[in-house]
Amino acid sequence: MPETAQRELTFAQAVREALAEEMRRDTRVCILGEDVAEAGTPFKVLSGLVEEFGTNRVIDTPISEAGFTGVGVGAAMTGMRPVIDIMFGDFLTLTMDQLVNQAAKIHYMSGGKWKVPMVLRTTLGATRRSAAQHSQSLHAWVSHVPGLKVVMPSTPYDAKGLLKTAIRDENPVVFFEDKMMYKLKGPVPAEDYTIPLGVADVKRAGKDITLVATSSMVQVALGAADLLEKIGIAAEVVDPRTMWPLDEQTLIASAKKTSRVIVMDEGYGRYGVTGELASVISEGAFYSLEAPVKRMGAMHVPIPFSPPLEDLTVPTEQTVFEAARALCGKA
Amino acid sequence: MTTAAHPSSVVSEPTAEKWLRMYRCMQMIRHFEDRVNDLYLRALMPGLAHLYVGEEAVAVGICEALRPDDYITSTHRGHGHCLAKGAAPDRMFAELLGKEAGYCRGKGGSMHIADPDTGNLGANAIVGGSAGIATGAAFSAKHLGTGQVAVCFFGEGALGQGLLYETMNLASLWKLPVIYVCENNLYNEYTHFSETTAGDILARGKAFGIASESVDGQDVRAVHAVAARLIESARQGNGPALLLCNTYRYTGHHVGDISREYYRSKQEEQEWKTQRDPILLFAAWLTGQKIADSAALGQIESEVKAEMQAAVDFAIAAPYPALAEVEQDVYA
Ligand SMILES: Cc1ncc(C[n+]2csc(CCOP(=O)(O)OP(=O)(O)O)c2C)c(N)n1
Repeated sequence: MPETAQRELTFAQAVREALAEEMRRDTRVCILGEDVAEAGTPFKVLSGLVEEFGTNRVIDTPISEAGFTGVGVGAAMTGMRPVIDIMFGDFLTLTMDQLVNQAAKIHYMSGGKWKVPMVLRTTLGATRRSAAQHSQSLHAWVSHVPGLKVVMPSTPYDAKGLLKTAIRDENPVVFFEDKMMYKLKGPVPAEDYTIPLGVADVKRAGKDITLVATSSMVQVALGAADLLEKIGIAAEVVDPRTMWPLDEQTLIASAKKTSRVIVMDEGYGRYGVTGELASVISEGAFYSLEAPVKRMGAMHVPIPFSPPLEDLTVPTEQTVFEAARALCGKA
Repeated sequence: MTTAAHPSSVVSEPTAEKWLRMYRCMQMIRHFEDRVNDLYLRALMPGLAHLYVGEEAVAVGICEALRPDDYITSTHRGHGHCLAKGAAPDRMFAELLGKEAGYCRGKGGSMHIADPDTGNLGANAIVGGSAGIATGAAFSAKHLGTGQVAVCFFGEGALGQGLLYETMNLASLWKLPVIYVCENNLYNEYTHFSETTAGDILARGKAFGIASESVDGQDVRAVHAVAARLIESARQGNGPALLLCNTYRYTGHHVGDISREYYRSKQEEQEWKTQRDPILLFAAWLTGQKIADSAALGQIESEVKAEMQAAVDFAIAAPYPALAEVEQDVYA
């Protein structure tokens, strides 16, 4: 990373900077969402953008997720580069027809003629004491659908570089931000850079076990790796960064190297992305594995409000540490 | 009923040439659909198709008022919209047969014909599903200052979809140049619309402050006059409109819907076909005005018939896409 990388930004600032840079670069880029303009979203991620770009490009919408997502689809087809803001990932359900039956399929159904260069930004993640309708991580739903790309940054650096790439992409991209991570700080270069979609990142190298972690789980995996180091286990942390396109090779290579793998993700464990990632690894690294690939996801319950209950529902440094220790035969 | 448009509201009185082009286009839709039904009956067409027969005046009256670069979104019953917006019948038939020469390389089929060259953003098999796309195209037109207008065609069945009202609200707030065209052919599939639709349809548009009008959808001149006025108003920046076109589909909900007595009577169908047929009504007016005699109109019809047969023959002879195409164009 160049010298200027020493500059630190929060995750929220990195997202905002990516948007601002892309809006300066390309006047077709506009933002549509609830409370995105003067309010800058409830998470203040977009604060300041309306002052620079005006209400013509940072556009407050009615509370009509399906409606303004659909407008985004049509606008993207006809010359704009809309960035749709869906406040909570739980509200993806309201946009589903526009995303799944419209945006994802238009390019294919039209024989490659129409394109939908749209980004839909939304959030994921529990433990914010927001209860069952404001805490889900529903990225598996959209990862399932051909025609959509799905991005899940885990650091400010990745957030900025991946969001800029997503905005320049010719396809509909769903971009998930962990709302617990908005205040996380990290190095972000001031100059223009992008990160290609479909390239995993090894966040920490190790030889004994691979922790594949997405979005919010990357910090958890890094914390668990610190704990594991103390008992002599060198964990490698691999972040796929995008659910689709998926960098299968990096996951498989790490699994072959360490021979033990835990896949962790904040979506529901059942039928979730952990199942897909574990399967890719099992198929690709079968003869190198010392143990079945272990999956760790959110418990299969609606996220409860009560703090001690909510905290049980997602993998933590401690539960990952214990699972890894057991997998390495050091229980 | 011929609802002549108010003189002051007529944008420009169509010429004889234009009337005859519209007549030809209506015949084209009718005979196109006749060939589609024939392909189905001869088991040459995969799947089903929803025919537009009886509703020709709506698509033609409206699309004649559009610029070539204006946008439309269409529905599962979309062949008429595509043709009226300028699509070529041979490539449409090819699409219906799943052939590579089709508008979507055979990947869309009857319910998904799309064509950027004629401003066709695509037919949509989700009832009401295109309201966002049409409104978004109007959003682009406004933001990019192109002067384009978008027309969102939908059946009255889509009045039950919330998306429609979300986008109407947005379009009105932002004064977007979009015309919502409700084609009320009386039936949501096999259910009379009165069983599914409360209150006054136009009041739904008016509630959002949208100019809302209804028109006899069997009278192509009336449709054209009101559409031209609403479209120009939208183009001038006065915001969206809702146009309710009262019409009727002559055949089944789709080509396989043969026995219909359980939801509507043969007598009702007969009355529309004999007394309210948009092509017969228009032909009578054209001959009455001495714009064309019946021989000239007959000539148009036989030319159209021959053209449709040639288009079908083209499509039947055309090859399927290569199998390797199955994974192409998932992503741009
Ligand atoms: C969202 C959705 N629900 C149901 C259907 C099944 N369906 C196809 S056409 C149709 C009736 C549509 O009626 P209308 O909108 O009036 O159009 P028409 O067929 O009369 O032209 C239904 C229910 C569908 N395609 N999409």
